[in-house]
Amino acid sequence: MSAAPLLRVEGLKKHFPFGKGILFARILGHIKAVDDVSFEIEAGKTLGLVGESGCGKTTTSRMILNLEEPTEGRILLDDEPIHDLQGAALRAYRAKVQAVFQDPWSSLNPRMKVGRIIAESLIVNGWGDAAKVAARVRELLLQVGLRPEQAEQYPHEFSGGQRQRVALAAALASRPRLIVLDEPVSALDVSIRAQMMNLLKDIQAQDNVAYLLVAHDLATVRHMADHTVVMYLGKVVEKAPTAALFADVRHPYTKALFSAVLVASPVGQQEEIELRGEVPSPLNPPSGCRFHTRCPYVMPRCSQQEPALREVSPGHTVACHLFDATSP
Amino acid sequence: MAIAERPPPSAERRSLWRVLLWPSRNTRPRRTARVPWVPIAIISVIIIMAIFAPVLAPHSPIDQTLRDKLLPPVWMEGGSTRYLLGTDAFGRDILSRLIYGARVSLLVALLALTAGGGIGLTVGIVSGYLGGAVDAVLMRLVDAAFTFPAILFALLLAVTMGQGLGTLVIAISLLLWAPFARVIRGEVLALRQRDFVALAKVRGCSAARIMLTHILPNVLNTFMVLVTLNIGVVIIAEATLSFLGAGVPPPTPTWGLMISEGRGRIADAWWVALIPGIAITLLVLSVNLFGDWLRDRLDPRLRQL
Repeated sequence: MSAAPLLRVEGLKKHFPFGKGILFARILGHIKAVDDVSFEIEAGKTLGLVGESGCGKTTTSRMILNLEEPTEGRILLDDEPIHDLQGAALRAYRAKVQAVFQDPWSSLNPRMKVGRIIAESLIVNGWGDAAKVAARVRELLLQVGLRPEQAEQYPHEFSGGQRQRVALAAALASRPRLIVLDEPVSALDVSIRAQMMNLLKDIQAQDNVAYLLVAHDLATVRHMADHTVVMYLGKVVEKAPTAALFADVRHPYTKALFSAVLVASPVGQQEEIELRGEVPSPLNPPSGCRFHTRCPYVMPRCSQQEPALREVSPGHTVACHLFDATSP
Repeated sequence: MAIAERPPPSAERRSLWRVLLWPSRNTRPRRTARVPWVPIAIISVIIIMAIFAPVLAPHSPIDQTLRDKLLPPVWMEGGSTRYLLGTDAFGRDILSRLIYGARVSLLVALLALTAGGGIGLTVGIVSGYLGGAVDAVLMRLVDAAFTFPAILFALLLAVTMGQGLGTLVIAISLLLWAPFARVIRGEVLALRQRDFVALAKVRGCSAARIMLTHILPNVLNTFMVLVTLNIGVVIIAEATLSFLGAGVPPPTPTWGLMISEGRGRIADAWWVALIPGIAITLLVLSVNLFGDWLRDRLDPRLRQL
């Protein structure tokens, strides 16, 4: 990646203590939701974060939104660590990093008019007088394909797709540099997913905003993301430019993810891997490579030694012992 | 591009009164109970009585006419059309005292619910939203309030502060705030998990702002239901305390006091105690039926209240 990324995540860890008892709580262990994750997001680009439920995608995105404190590691926006921010600096950060969440039925306050929801960050940041805010709300509604007069309506008067547009307009209000999109289309009808994805891409082209796209749906990631990071049980297993990843999947887990997707064309099918069993508990993750309990290519070494991320082709890194032979 | 999306629901906004008075055809099933017109009528009559007491009362509620003492109601032998509901031991008109007594009951209900309910609402929101140590301390206070014998405390207050409306309101507020706080806190705990609260934080809202603009408007429904369901509790508490002598001092008429005064003569002049008793029963019953209906109308999830 280029020299000056917009957002840098370095060795990020989040361990949730897991205890018993109320009065004299004892900590029995830690759930390692996110364990040593690093990646970068460039300005105006999209990074896809993929993995199955419980792999730490959402926790990572919540730490980037400063809703959770990391246990270890740093997140830097323009080379500034974000977790010591206070007062005005924190508000400035909040204006620069925004979010759209998965469920459009839960992400809009049912008691607020849509115009007020969109204006929220403008009001909080003292952006300007009422007329100026109203003009910006109008502009945002048009930008996401809604009518300006809909600012006077309440969320229950909108459909799921329209609500997600409202959520996007609200995220765009403060002209952020990064928007965390946590499963932005998975709650929508298939018929309107493409519309929403194209809208997101159009807005990225207009405003040069970067996206962190958290998704479990590979089609969405392929359509949207420039780079893709695959996570399994709190770890990054594979990281590559999206085109390179989709052309040449390396890690067995990523292969399994791809096999789970129905492909429209039978030509050029990759080898099929079907995973058996459940995801192991993050409370007590498997030793060595965390995937070894379900991996079809498991070797004796896998349960002892944790594989490091190594580059298999330019920009494409994989954490798997299968690729040890090429670089000792 | 809007073609593929589902058509938006009717743009016409449903006002609170529309929601309350006309059962909706599309959002809720028809099993919702019918509008309780009889309770609404009884409540309205009592409110009108309280507001226009000086106009409606045929006699003074305080002036004694010892000559006419203990006259029975008009439909009984010896009753007089001068005193429709009879008179008490001091020859005071029971109907007039009943009409004036409604004032005290409703005033106490209004003040105690504003004070006690307001405290409960604030504590519930702060406790539920902030969580952690604040929540632990406030909820232990609520537990303590639940274990406290409210009547005893009211009697203590009456002794130390003297009888009066203020004492009555303080005592009843202290009885009320804890259940309000507990129910509201539960509601806030659920709301806090909703995405719009996390998003408000991402937008840069302070905790105080989130509680005021995002949490508060979303618990007002529950609050209104709690208020109506507790009107009955307050009226009974007022009557109990007045009956025990810890309420508004005589000769100001209150329904509880009237029962207390008639208690000794229940065998020969039952109407002195029974008529205000019937009034309390009717009002509390009406208010509870209205409250049940309002709860079902606004939020069926609260059925366990």
